[in-house]
Amino acid sequence: MQVYLDNNATTMVDPAVVEAMQPYFSEIYGNPNSLHKFGTASHPALRNAINKVYTAINASDNDDIVFTSCATESNNWVLQSVWIDHIVNGDKNHIVTTEVEHPSVLATCKFLEEQGVKVTYLPVNSEGIVEAHTVKSFITEKTALVSVMWASNETGMIFPIKEIGQICKDKGVLFHSDGVQAVGKIPVDLQDVHVDFLSMSAHKFHGPKGIGALYIKDSQPLTPLMHGGAHMGGRRSGTLNVPYIVGMGKAIELATANIQETMAKIRAKRDRLEDALLELSDTFVVGERDHRTPNTILISIRGVEGEGMLWDLNNGQIGASTGSACASEDLEANTVMLAIGADNELAHTGIRLSLSRFTTDAEVDYVISHFKNAVARLRNISSSFAIQKPTKGGEVQECELHHH
Amino acid sequence: MAKADMLGASLWDAYSNKVTTLMNNPQHQGEIFEADAESRGNKLIVADFGAESCGDAVRLYWEIDPANDTIVNSKFKSFGCGTAIASSDVMTELCIGKTVQEAVKITNIDVEMALRDTPDVPAVPPQKMHCSVMAYDVIKKAAGLYMGVDAASFESEIIVCECARVSLGTLQEVIKLNDLKTVEQITDYTKAGGFCKSCIKPGGHEAREWYLVDILANTRKEMDEEKMKLAADAGVNGKFEEMTLVQQIKAVDAIVDENVRQFLVMDGGDMEVIDIKKGDDYIDIYIRYLGACNGCASSSTGTLYAIEATLKEKLSSKIRVLPI
Repeated sequence: MQVYLDNNATTMVDPAVVEAMQPYFSEIYGNPNSLHKFGTASHPALRNAINKVYTAINASDNDDIVFTSCATESNNWVLQSVWIDHIVNGDKNHIVTTEVEHPSVLATCKFLEEQGVKVTYLPVNSEGIVEAHTVKSFITEKTALVSVMWASNETGMIFPIKEIGQICKDKGVLFHSDGVQAVGKIPVDLQDVHVDFLSMSAHKFHGPKGIGALYIKDSQPLTPLMHGGAHMGGRRSGTLNVPYIVGMGKAIELATANIQETMAKIRAKRDRLEDALLELSDTFVVGERDHRTPNTILISIRGVEGEGMLWDLNNGQIGASTGSACASEDLEANTVMLAIGADNELAHTGIRLSLSRFTTDAEVDYVISHFKNAVARLRNISSSFAIQKPTKGGEVQECELHHH
Repeated sequence: MAKADMLGASLWDAYSNKVTTLMNNPQHQGEIFEADAESRGNKLIVADFGAESCGDAVRLYWEIDPANDTIVNSKFKSFGCGTAIASSDVMTELCIGKTVQEAVKITNIDVEMALRDTPDVPAVPPQKMHCSVMAYDVIKKAAGLYMGVDAASFESEIIVCECARVSLGTLQEVIKLNDLKTVEQITDYTKAGGFCKSCIKPGGHEAREWYLVDILANTRKEMDEEKMKLAADAGVNGKFEEMTLVQQIKAVDAIVDENVRQFLVMDGGDMEVIDIKKGDDYIDIYIRYLGACNGCASSSTGTLYAIEATLKEKLSSKIRVLPI
């Protein structure tokens, strides 16, 4: 058996989605901008896909949803164009975001800082979320934009987006949310929650890679990132990626129709897995279950380094993820792990398991058994559980490797 | 950056088979207990290095025959990734049968070499070289405990890059000899900074006493000062004519650096010395203008006279400056 539990990184494309995309490669391939029948043949499917995305997030017909290449593009677009529109060509100078955003937000903010923009990176609490009152206290008259993720990729923790949205609305500040980990996992209702811009990505909800979208409330102005032939109502140039837009439409429909029911099924498996893993001594999970996306577990296992654990899981044909510094290219500890704190240990012992609607009970059973064996093997090697004490003078007085 | 960098490498694919095998099945993992060692008439030394909160920790056990200081058995415990476990395993293997005095000579490079499948292919990707350094550190600590001395006493020189074991003295010498100007060049010449990157600048994997950026800046400063001194000596002693071509170019460069260049740069230009030709009556210095100086009206009049006058005054009255 092999089990994929890294669905917060990317997901399997639902075979039904592949099937929906299939006709739009070699059968219906015309450019939708062309006047002839080859071009217009794709219009019904595109219109259908657009409707499905509007329905999935309950967007109003007055709002825009623009297809992009991915959420990284959507995030870049909002940040860079708010900078152009309201800072370079306006009287604002400040952006508020959090320490735990995706690199496509953090790296863009760093870039904007180099251009002279003031950026506030809000800290998170011990559960890894930013509280609404914290956001409120950092908004100034010069703030152009607040950007806060809807849910965390690492912990699954859901941020208080409704409260933050209301605060931004009251203060007259634009509000962007990276909804990549929320759309398709939890209900997202943009007529209930005030958000000016929302980024999403199809491959996080069993759609194909290379297609995403940006929701723009009330079709408000936002200078394009991609200039060209004025596609998508002039908002984002580039020939429409017809099969992928069709695929995203199908994927979001499958992910959000009956979302409460689907969530309940995933949650039941997640909770069963989590309960079983927490039977192991010296383990803890970050964040209250009810405050998390229903598919995510970030568990810390004392005495077991994350990359070593990932290795053993991989040997057992299980794909998971770790924020351990050892597993990264540059040995840098994961920013989310460091932001949560937890004595730095979580940064090295955290394992993230993220399920999907395709995860089966048999897979959960297999993972429970293999996971426990792996922990037993690695704890048997681990110095953290050694019995014989060091020779006098051979102890480590403090951490000799000073991580920042 | 090039074609090979377009798809990031897979970390685990870069591990040698030996690393993989030992990670999956370490041979010397375990503990030796004091009572057992004593019952065999031996002395047990147990040393820790690192901590769980740092991301890696190792505990090394040595059972030593006090009659001849020989390590008769060795075990380890490790909190760490696969390469940390494999490095620790090979480290204990290398210690067994050696005297403490011999064991302390084992370096992290020996550990990494022992993990290779073939001698010329690294056992681990560059950022994992750091794991073998812990093995080296804990050996020194254990030896210090047994011999009753400070672990630092085993190190005769300041090691700036522990992964590649490059000393401060080597770095300064290589920078000077090869006129290195960037950290990337230092890495190309010495391998220092090419592995875990902690020693390049503050803020890396671990805090260091010495950083390559500072060593480079300080050495470059020393080199500039030496160049100035050389030029000053040359002027005072009136020996410019007797210098070798390289010395002459350096001397001219130094005078230009000190007196002229800043004014050229201020106007967006610069200059470089192309050649120096010695005749009976004249020493001709060929220069090339760069940037805004190139084609500037005064480059063949006022600026040129100023450069020539300065060099004449400082170096030799025979000098003529000829722009190309």
